[in-house]
Amino acid sequence: MTALLIIIVAALLGITIWQISKIFKLSQPIESDDSQIANNEDNQKQGKLFLVFTVFLYGLMIYSFWSLSRFYAPGASSHAEDYDQLFFISLGLIMFVQVIIQFLIHWFAYKYRGKKGQKALFYADNDKLEFIWTIIPVITLAALIIYGLFSWSEIMNVEETDDTLVVEIYAYQFDWRARYSGADGTLGEANVRFIEGVNQLGLNESDPYAQDDIITSELHLPVDRPVLFKFRSQDVLHSAYFPFFRSQMNVVPGMTTQFGFTPTTTSKEIRNSDYMVEKVRNINEIRKNNDNLDEDEKSYEFEYYLLCNKICGSNHYNMQMKIVVETEEEYQKWISEQQTFKELTAQN
Amino acid sequence: MSVAAQPLANDHAHEEGHHEPTFIEKYIFSTDHKMIAKQYLISGLIMGFIGIAMSMLMRLQLAWPNESFWIYEVLLGKFGKDGVMDPSIYLALSTIHGTIMIFYVLTAGLSGTFSNLLIPLQIGARDMASGFMNMLSFWLFFISCIVIVSSFFVEAGPASSGWTVYPPLSALPQAIGGSGLGMTLWLVAITIFVASSLLGSLNYIVTVLNLRTQGMTMTRLPLTIWAFFVTAIIGVVSFPVLLAAGLLLLMDRSFGTSFFLSDIYIQGEVLSYQGGSPVLYEHLFWFLGHPEVYIVLLPALGITSEIIATNSRKPIFGYRAMIASILAIAFLSTVVWGHHMFVSGMNPFLGSVFTFTTLLIAIPSGVKAFNYITTLWKGNLQLNPGMLFSIGLVSTFVTGGLTGIILGDSTLDINVHDTYFVIAHFHLVMGISALYGLFAGIYHWFPKMFGRMMNKNLGYVHFWITAIGAYGIFFPMHFIGMAGLPRRYYKFTEFPYFDDLADTNILISVFAFITAAAQLFFVYNFIHSIFYGKKAEQNPWKSNTLEWTTPVKHIHGNWPGEIPKVYRWSYDYSKMNKEDTDYIIAGQDFVPQNVPIQDNEEEMNE
Repeated sequence: MTALLIIIVAALLGITIWQISKIFKLSQPIESDDSQIANNEDNQKQGKLFLVFTVFLYGLMIYSFWSLSRFYAPGASSHAEDYDQLFFISLGLIMFVQVIIQFLIHWFAYKYRGKKGQKALFYADNDKLEFIWTIIPVITLAALIIYGLFSWSEIMNVEETDDTLVVEIYAYQFDWRARYSGADGTLGEANVRFIEGVNQLGLNESDPYAQDDIITSELHLPVDRPVLFKFRSQDVLHSAYFPFFRSQMNVVPGMTTQFGFTPTTTSKEIRNSDYMVEKVRNINEIRKNNDNLDEDEKSYEFEYYLLCNKICGSNHYNMQMKIVVETEEEYQKWISEQQTFKELTAQN
Repeated sequence: MSVAAQPLANDHAHEEGHHEPTFIEKYIFSTDHKMIAKQYLISGLIMGFIGIAMSMLMRLQLAWPNESFWIYEVLLGKFGKDGVMDPSIYLALSTIHGTIMIFYVLTAGLSGTFSNLLIPLQIGARDMASGFMNMLSFWLFFISCIVIVSSFFVEAGPASSGWTVYPPLSALPQAIGGSGLGMTLWLVAITIFVASSLLGSLNYIVTVLNLRTQGMTMTRLPLTIWAFFVTAIIGVVSFPVLLAAGLLLLMDRSFGTSFFLSDIYIQGEVLSYQGGSPVLYEHLFWFLGHPEVYIVLLPALGITSEIIATNSRKPIFGYRAMIASILAIAFLSTVVWGHHMFVSGMNPFLGSVFTFTTLLIAIPSGVKAFNYITTLWKGNLQLNPGMLFSIGLVSTFVTGGLTGIILGDSTLDINVHDTYFVIAHFHLVMGISALYGLFAGIYHWFPKMFGRMMNKNLGYVHFWITAIGAYGIFFPMHFIGMAGLPRRYYKFTEFPYFDDLADTNILISVFAFITAAAQLFFVYNFIHSIFYGKKAEQNPWKSNTLEWTTPVKHIHGNWPGEIPKVYRWSYDYSKMNKEDTDYIIAGQDFVPQNVPIQDNEEEMNE
């Protein structure tokens, strides 16, 4: 990869120098035509350069798809499959259009480059043609809109059932907390005005529902169980972005926002997937050669993460929370080991 | 300007009732639209230089995040101590880069320059409806430039909450240093900017409606004028809403109101704000913010329409469809703002509505793109630098526009919202495209502005390196966005998962440096040609529009004699006579608008 970069840079620099030398040659006043208006020769040359440019553009597109599309993160929630399908259909469609249109633009620029004695066609209007290229996008877009809207309402309208796990995600500069509702299944009342001492999330200490709430700095989720997140921020806007779960919602001070998904792949499963094994091996290779890292940082193991995706202050770039997706048993075991709010306040 | 009001009037100034303008009158407080256009252009270009330089610092940081560069200390002072960039100044750079490029370069620099230059010249008017208001508009803009640049010299740094300045981050100095005096200056600068923009826009609208020369019906206007006219209308509709949002934000910051703030606990203390909503601010901001995209883009498309038609030696294809698309885009642009807010916490039903309106915009945009391509078809393309940039614009407009179909779909937006996918999308469709429009306009109308030609070979080099670089930067960027790389991150090394994207980031940065360096060809060419360029002839591109009927030397009032009358639309290129034996004017493939309909020609159905 680095070698490729160096080659590209060298090539581009080469082209630059070559072009510059040409300019100096061309800017000498030996030519009789110094009108600075494109003449026949310029038209020939620039037209051909459009062809060269087309090769570059298609090469770049092929390179990007060939070697960069592997960055597309694997999905791990129940709606991820639907999301990815819509994404790839849209992407396929736009690339289909892109390949044709870019070809036409650059081909025409080459093909119809000015020539001495060539006459342009006076062609001002064609209702039929214009109707065609209005109606085709209309139909295609209508299909896409309808498809998109079905997915949208499916994703956004989360129905709360008995099985649903309700978790509050709490954001502040520059970290996250998760709050589970505990045995009673109901999150206690909370407001920033209650924040004091260990009561970091501002729970109402006199609210009985709050007593068994559990506050953690890691997010653990049981696999295949719908989760409904309630987001709350104590200071500025944040955005809770779960890339692997194709989920994102802004966290807005003064109001509660929500988003729901069902995780379908445990952390262990995704770690052992072919994609992730390959990716992590690659990353560890890079980290091994990175002299800026301490020895213990050199080995990386994949964990899901939640990150902040709305500018929130100077440490915005490092506002993350580890997410663990595990089996129901593992989850129950973990949650039973956590301290409840009552225990937390009693301690202090 | 009256002679009596001129205290310095010297003897010969009284001859024939007008006087030689003094240096100050001519170059500084000028009311002549051509001079004001040049003032806008040069201020805009200087702001562009600053804005692009900022992006270079950001690209340097993103490519080699953990290394130190002395340039940071030189340019950023204490924010780059020991050559290490401070995280908050990174956010400030991205904020001011966005603000400068969008408002100062692509709104004022593009629209201000070419609306001022071309509206009177192409509609056949002696000047703008109000020369004084026009001058005022420029000077307000200039003051605004000074204020925004000066915010870099404030103790705690300039505004750092992104160019959208969402509260509460932008309202609370406790949240980030830049939200103190730096943010106040940002608000002051933008307030002055809005005033400047409104004065300018109202002037453009009045001028186009009232001062068209005889025979210049609305359906004979060149598409440039249509674009500037509609842009001005969008500006008048949407900029006041930004002003309102800015004023409310100012009150929240300074007078303790709670329009946008509620329930905030920061740095160990609960603030008294109660009942406001940041989402309200987002609505107000994007009610300007989205139309702003078209305020930036439409003038570029107008300029391209004119340049492509002229250099293809063909009429623009589907003139009326082009006008209809401009109007449709203008209308739709005011009802799509919510697509910036799909995951803001607003009602998901609104998301559906905005998806619908947003994807509708693809239709008129598509019509425009197809019409450009058909205009190229079977043309006799004169590949001047302005033409190359125009073709480049069509290309980047299509590439960038297509990814809008993904971002405009509320479902798909969930996972790419605020990632580099968005950065790639809007830089291509709006940033690069509008800059291409600006460059195309400069190369094309340079002879009109400065009476000299720009060097074409330098122009070619400028175009090709820029074209390669722009795609090299922004095409791969989509893919790191799809990987979930968030925007406005100072560095990505806190997430080992992103380690394998580092190479791509370096690639992007290298392309960015090369592209930025290529702009120096333009800078040199621009400055050199002003003084030493080849003297221009009256109509170098053999164009039909009225500005090329004015003498090369600028005179107040534009035409020495009577204002020309208009008899036809501006696109009679390569039109044949009735017998189809030769062009209408034998041996000349264009018929300027001021040439009466000839006996041997079929009249277009107007």
